[in-house]
Amino acid sequence: MQPILSVNGVSKTYASGHQALKTVDLEIAKGEIFALLGPNGAGKTTLISIICGIVTPSSGTILVDGYDAVAEPRQARMKIGLVPQELSVDMFETVQATTRYSRRLFGRGSDHDYVDQVLKDLSLYDKRNAKVMELSGGMKRRVLIAKALAHEPDILFLDEPTAGVDVSLRRDMWKLVHKLRDKGTTIILTTHYIEEAEEMADRVGVINKGELLLVERKAELMKKLGKREMDIALVEPMAAIPADLGEWHLALEDEGTRLRYTFDAQAERTGIPSLLRKLSDLGIQFKDLDTSKSSLEDIFVDLVAEREAVA
Amino acid sequence: MRGFNRHGVWAIYRFEMARALRTIWQSLVTPVVTTALYFVVFGGAIGSRMQELDGVSYGSFIVPGLILMGTLQLSISNASIGIYFPKFTGTVYELLSAPVSAMEMVIGFVGAAATKSVALGLITLVTAMLFVEVPIAHPVLMFAMLVLTSIAFCLAGFIIGIWAKGFEQLSFVPSLIITPLTFLGGAFYTINMLPEPWRTVSLFNPVVYLISGFRWSFFGVGDVSIEVSLIALAAFLAVCLLAIGWIFRTGWRLKN
Repeated sequence: MQPILSVNGVSKTYASGHQALKTVDLEIAKGEIFALLGPNGAGKTTLISIICGIVTPSSGTILVDGYDAVAEPRQARMKIGLVPQELSVDMFETVQATTRYSRRLFGRGSDHDYVDQVLKDLSLYDKRNAKVMELSGGMKRRVLIAKALAHEPDILFLDEPTAGVDVSLRRDMWKLVHKLRDKGTTIILTTHYIEEAEEMADRVGVINKGELLLVERKAELMKKLGKREMDIALVEPMAAIPADLGEWHLALEDEGTRLRYTFDAQAERTGIPSLLRKLSDLGIQFKDLDTSKSSLEDIFVDLVAEREAVA
Repeated sequence: MRGFNRHGVWAIYRFEMARALRTIWQSLVTPVVTTALYFVVFGGAIGSRMQELDGVSYGSFIVPGLILMGTLQLSISNASIGIYFPKFTGTVYELLSAPVSAMEMVIGFVGAAATKSVALGLITLVTAMLFVEVPIAHPVLMFAMLVLTSIAFCLAGFIIGIWAKGFEQLSFVPSLIITPLTFLGGAFYTINMLPEPWRTVSLFNPVVYLISGFRWSFFGVGDVSIEVSLIALAAFLAVCLLAIGWIFRTGWRLKN
């Protein structure tokens, strides 16, 4: 199948010499939801901005449904809708006026019925005559989505759609994304929440320091990312880990006061109950237990280490 | 980009016009009041003691300069804020990602700004006609020059809006460059009244040629010949168009 978007050898080095994006290759299939996962400053927004024509790439080509984004920008850009991370929308315009404006700006003739339908889908129709500045932050984000959808794009970019958004709105946003996909829209979103990528995406690309580390189907990635840790605070510090605890591959931390157990959260048996039983059998007393998910940073460190080990 | 995004251009034009219509009374009343004030001061109080200039009463003599002064200031300030404000608020992302070519963006923004400037010029003219007699020897040329001057300075304003990194830079050019050049460009006198070397120095002021040509279209006399004025206007337009072309080719201050 021909991909709806293909990014070939795209890189970006700013005039300051800062390399925001190393060479990136990426193909997106029609109708999929793709999440670009990475910490702040990883290059997510740079990559999106290049695809949408806001930032000029230093090298590489981008094909949007077969159209070269540089040589045939008109056709390429008409197929893309962009929802930026910042709530950048004209405060003095009404919701309806600014959405109609976006449709025409992207080269489509006026279609008030279509625009009204978009507003209804986003629960904005009741607010259509309100000025944007009167709306809450969450509603402003919806207006940005309405503007991005007004010209009937095939691909929708959502840059950090739930950054600074409360929990209920985040749920709404996730529902909305699935609804859009059901209508056939290809969706590419960026996020720095693993949960968000997990909730929404079919495939996930992990990006860090301008480098696309890997692209995988979500299920496979979650297995890799699903590591958790349990810290056991000991009453008495120990000099070495007893041989009887060998099968759990524990690590001794903080000058022998803490045992760290790393396990796979998605495995059927975590090994926690048997470990705790063994500790009491051995008479090792502990005062506290603490489990944590590995942070995104840890995951990147692991991924990079893994890649280097392979190479 | 091939083809022409007429919907996009029209959308930008209407958006920019709507921006002015939101403050329509301010847009209308300000030039009328300003013009009236100039006539009270220069036409009534001082003008009555002035002799005729180039065979025209002083009150009438200042009309073309007054029209151009307002037009130049509005062109620069309006066109610059038109493109600077989206950069400032971040909404420029939409313009930059839209299938709108550089030329189309210029047509939309500068077209709307020039429309407003021409409207201001005509409002000033009509207001002036209430105070003094204003003969217009070459009305078609007068209108054409008003339109072309508006376009040229709106282009310049557009460039300033892209160049500006803050509001102080935005107000710097109109208040510290355009206003002095207009005052020294013979808006209220003919440069022939100046002693040397100031007369010669004035010839380096491009606004002199614009005001002179515009005045010629009213009274058939100017500080320099009408041909020289028209060449100066064309040259200024060409420089602005080249600069705009360069900005969009390189993405200067728009794309990083």
